[in-house]
Amino acid sequence: MYYVTGLSHVFLAMTLSPLLLGIINRVKARFAGRRGQPLCQLYYDLFKLLRKGAVYSRTTTWVFRIGPMGTLAAVVMALLFVPLTGFGACVSFSGDLLLMAYLLGVGRFLTVLAAMDTGSAFEGLGASREVFFSALTEPSLILALAALCKLTGQLSLEGMYGTLAMAGTAPMVLPLVSAVMMIVLLAENARMPVDDPNTHLELTMIHEVMVLDHSGPDLAMIQYGAAIKLWIFSALLVGVLIPIRTGMVVVDGLIGLVGIGVIAVVVGIMESTMARLRLLHVPQLLSIGLVLSLVSLILVMR
Amino acid sequence: MSLGYPVFLVALAVCGVGGFLCLCLGRRGVAHGLGAATAVLASGMALVSGLDGMIHSAWSLSWAWPVPMGAFQLAMDPLSGFFVAVIAVVSLVASVYGYGYLKHDAKRKNLGLSWFWFNGLLVSMWLVVTASNAVLFLVAWECMSLTSFFLVIYEHERQEVVEAGWTYLVATHLGTACLLAMFVLLSGTQGSLDFESMAAATPTIAGWAFVLALVGFGTKAGLMPMHVWLPLAHPAAPSHVSAVMSGVMIKTGIYGLLRVLTLLGAPAVWWGWTLIAVGVISGILGVLLAMVQHDLKRLLAYHSVENIGIITLGLGLGVLGIGTGHLSWAILGFAGGLLHVFNHAIFKSLLFLGAGSIQHATGTLEIDRLGGLLKRMPVTGTTFLVGSAAIAGLPPLNGFVSEFLIYMGALSALVTSSGIHTAWAGVLIAGGLALIGGLAAACFAKAFSVIFLGEPRVTASSVHESPRSMTWPLAMLAAVCIAVGLLGPFVVQGIKPVMATLLAGQIDPVALDGTALPVRSLAWISLAAVGLLGLVGLLAGIRQRLLSQRTVRQAPTWDCGFTAPNARMQYTASSFVWPVVAWFHAFFRPQRHGCDPEGLFPIQASLHTDIKDCFLERGYRPLFALVARLAGMLRCIQQGRNQLYVLYIAITILVLFIWKMR
Repeated sequence: MYYVTGLSHVFLAMTLSPLLLGIINRVKARFAGRRGQPLCQLYYDLFKLLRKGAVYSRTTTWVFRIGPMGTLAAVVMALLFVPLTGFGACVSFSGDLLLMAYLLGVGRFLTVLAAMDTGSAFEGLGASREVFFSALTEPSLILALAALCKLTGQLSLEGMYGTLAMAGTAPMVLPLVSAVMMIVLLAENARMPVDDPNTHLELTMIHEVMVLDHSGPDLAMIQYGAAIKLWIFSALLVGVLIPIRTGMVVVDGLIGLVGIGVIAVVVGIMESTMARLRLLHVPQLLSIGLVLSLVSLILVMR
Repeated sequence: MSLGYPVFLVALAVCGVGGFLCLCLGRRGVAHGLGAATAVLASGMALVSGLDGMIHSAWSLSWAWPVPMGAFQLAMDPLSGFFVAVIAVVSLVASVYGYGYLKHDAKRKNLGLSWFWFNGLLVSMWLVVTASNAVLFLVAWECMSLTSFFLVIYEHERQEVVEAGWTYLVATHLGTACLLAMFVLLSGTQGSLDFESMAAATPTIAGWAFVLALVGFGTKAGLMPMHVWLPLAHPAAPSHVSAVMSGVMIKTGIYGLLRVLTLLGAPAVWWGWTLIAVGVISGILGVLLAMVQHDLKRLLAYHSVENIGIITLGLGLGVLGIGTGHLSWAILGFAGGLLHVFNHAIFKSLLFLGAGSIQHATGTLEIDRLGGLLKRMPVTGTTFLVGSAAIAGLPPLNGFVSEFLIYMGALSALVTSSGIHTAWAGVLIAGGLALIGGLAAACFAKAFSVIFLGEPRVTASSVHESPRSMTWPLAMLAAVCIAVGLLGPFVVQGIKPVMATLLAGQIDPVALDGTALPVRSLAWISLAAVGLLGLVGLLAGIRQRLLSQRTVRQAPTWDCGFTAPNARMQYTASSFVWPVVAWFHAFFRPQRHGCDPEGLFPIQASLHTDIKDCFLERGYRPLFALVARLAGMLRCIQQGRNQLYVLYIAITILVLFIWKMR
């Protein structure tokens, strides 16, 4: 049973994650008074890209070619440890939260190297910001998860999220951890107000700018990996926001999936109503995340 | 079956005799080969002997010698064996590399002399980690400092190299002075300085001894704020020497700290806190200072400070755990710290040797003048990438395994500890490691990509891959990085005897076999590492199939419509880290020189940024300037007239008489 729900979560994440981008874009279109692109637009894009050839810069080496594959592989491996309400994690062991965080780090490292491999100043700019911002989000994520560890006494993601409902002693902890997770989600997935994913040029100064030179199947892998990464962080957030487990697999599973959809809607609403922060102010937002995670730890240990 | 001491003594003898022969042969060509060969042979034997001491059996031997206070005593236990083996692995590889690296210097330099100092350094390091008498330990320690000093000033024609050497010499002797005081404090009641008769009489004395050990050994290890010699000395030395110094010589400081901890008995809680505080400071400030360096070897030297900080975090967690009676995470802390000693030795020597190859090929180590080397130097580049990912603590490589153990210790401390302050130690360590990890990844993403990727910034057509004697050592070290990353559970089993020595008296060795070490988690990590590599292979196959029927074109980099990009427009290392510098402005205090472009058609503009080590600039330089000024005041009594000096002598004798007559 354990492996069945775990594997089904991996399967659902791998098939449904491109839909999240569709939902976000639909919400943004509705706010702007447009009808918007189809919900399944990213699927069409991915299939189109997979059917294309590729163009490589003469400057690049094998590092550029391995970047997208390595990034996607690392993100998929990270997905194996992530539980969603109603679905267990596929693999769970003591300390798997660290492996998950560091696998995402591997993906980021490879993306940055691939960006720098093109020799383009523009992509270097994006890479520089990506590594700095992620170095600031990493402690927030680890400490927020550490607060959940302390709250539940468990050291695995599955164990933590599975027993969150029973460990309701410190009332303000879960909202605070959720806030941290939300900030981490926005930063790691390069959404507003950290980054503007709309365009490929000046407005988008972090993630999209790093993948300017990728094309064809490589670009498909990058976009697919980004969608799965969004799913991972959404699943972690849903687990904290809705820690209830009814015990009925189908109901819990539905709660989890609907929760992820709701988070996509919320991200869409935020993107429609907020402007991107000045880049100088992004570290301040990320520091707020760090402070909130420390406050949640104080509350847990009180 | 145990090999006992003969192998170890033969290794020392081979190394020492080889060194002396090299000294006699001097500039003759055969000295170069002989020095390298004896170092390799001795390293091989020492490796066997160290592993033997670690796994099978301990031995000790004692010879009477005319020196007072104890005998000439060597002892091998698992802790010594571990360090002997780590030193041997790095020296083995560095000697082979040194053979290729120094070859082109044969006409210019006295290579026999250089190998004499190198072999002497190896012998003295092995003696340091096996000596069990304080006098012998200090003699070996001093030999180690002096031989490494002479290796650092190999390029003594250059002014800055000599200055770096002097700084190192002063720093290491200040450290040794602390150690001397510490051993005197600990000397047994009969005045013996043998380790087994040493003990701290009272907790206060133990506390003072701990502080002196931390300062003395911390100076050698490069803990902040005693680290200032390290970023000067390591870039000055030849690369195979930097690899040995940064990879293993600074670890003798960690060894000394561990050895003294076993002598001091039950640790106090504040020792653990002190170690954790020093570790966090060294880790975070070390990586921050590393990021802003323009010179690759200096960058690597600051990363040694960072990694020694990580090791100290692990040890601090262990000491805190023992002090508060939480053995479950004390074990994790010690295991992570020890494994990181080994891992750092491997990837740091790999990176230093890689830096040597870069210097060999291009003649510079200034990061912003390099670029695009991966195409010209594929083996050096690929192994440097492995080392970079390993030092950033990324799976599936070895750095992740040891950091994982320390993280697990920290999280266990947070979850299981009853007292609130030990829980905060866990938070501090986990948060600190996360920040260090992120910044280290940023720093090595910068270093690798600016040096090896993109276009060459300064065109040099003669750039070529190094000879085989320089690429094979790199490949070996990279293979060890990957192997340890994939075989985590077995490696952790291997260091169990060392843990048992460290925790002797605290824990039953059998308990170590229980659930204390997260072997199951490490097994999953290994599986995940294999899975990651397999998945990359699978995706590569899919991509290959998809692209096989299609057009794959080559084109210039798309620079957002700009049609004439050139190599100098690439993002530089300095620009890459500028957001970090701007955010930590108060700490860095960057200095900018140069002139801004003026007018509508600017003719010239220049920008130079410089970030100094604040400990050196605002701590040591003013302090030493003060010492020099005070010493200058004494100059008035030194007139150069003999009559005056006779007067001084007479006054001194008079004063002594009066004092005695009293």
